[in-house]
Amino acid sequence: MRLRLLSDLNAERAARRAAILVTDVASGEQRFVREAEIGSDPLAEDLQESLRRGKSGLVERDGGQFFLTVQTPPVRVVVIGAVHISQALAPMAKGLDLDVTIIDPRTAFATPERFPDVPVLAEWPDAVLPGIGIDRYTAVVALTHDPKIDDPALSAALRSECFYIGALGSRKTHERRVQRLSASGFSEADLARIHAPIGLDIGAVSPAEIAVSVLAEIVASLRKERRRSA
Amino acid sequence: MLSTDTDILKTAEAWKREGRGVAIATVVETWGSAPRPVGSHLVIDQDTNFLGSVSGGCVEGAVITEAMDVIADGKPRMLEFGVADETAWQVGLSCGGRIRVYVERVD
Repeated sequence: MRLRLLSDLNAERAARRAAILVTDVASGEQRFVREAEIGSDPLAEDLQESLRRGKSGLVERDGGQFFLTVQTPPVRVVVIGAVHISQALAPMAKGLDLDVTIIDPRTAFATPERFPDVPVLAEWPDAVLPGIGIDRYTAVVALTHDPKIDDPALSAALRSECFYIGALGSRKTHERRVQRLSASGFSEADLARIHAPIGLDIGAVSPAEIAVSVLAEIVASLRKERRRSA
Repeated sequence: MLSTDTDILKTAEAWKREGRGVAIATVVETWGSAPRPVGSHLVIDQDTNFLGSVSGGCVEGAVITEAMDVIADGKPRMLEFGVADETAWQVGLSCGGRIRVYVERVD
């Protein structure tokens, strides 16, 4: 592999853009195809299909064998609330190769001291989420318990293609949340996308245990197709 | 150091820029129960430092040995590993799967 191709791959990943490396298995020849350039590639159909599935693999075409290294953007978790659970969640998420961003307008919570190594935005979710751009490789987690902060973020998430939405709170809290969000125009099917009470049911008690259950639920959504019990 | 997909290719680039000889091994095909999915990478340098994995640890040693030759002569190689044959001096996958691994040099 030429160093140039490798640095192109790394640059696209850092920019959160999908890309595919095509390797001719017989000759070792390689080319790098950005998502935007797939249409003009001789293997366009195969590239589109493998990108849709997000999976690398071999294809046979015109008597040749090609390996497609599919690189989708790193999965991102946008956490609303710079709370105790988020402090436990941030380093665990890093270990799972998830990009975490913390958003909380309360400046006493959203400090770099409480969240070393992750971006913390002391802003209202509706002010910063459009700039972040919630895409289909993003999970949105609302943890503040405060409708003023959580609801605008959940609304933005519901209008996006994000693969996971979770909201902290009891069943009762969630009932009231559903009432508020339906009043603002979301359908029952929209609201069914919200995982609430948040997290897999592992009986979590401490902030760290809740973080494990939330991250486990995010992974379960991400790997839905592979689950034995699904 | 923890190795995620992001780190592995970033490390390959960094090692190469430091002037090291570097090879990338990629799982290109699997049959049966293979421990790592197609597309998984293992990055190796000339001193057998490595990051990532192509199996659960079963065949990494053999891949690293082959990678030394790939770094030396620049020719990519396709390796295939099957079920371990306990009567022979051969590496394999105890899980019963088979994998094909493509090893190439970073130039």
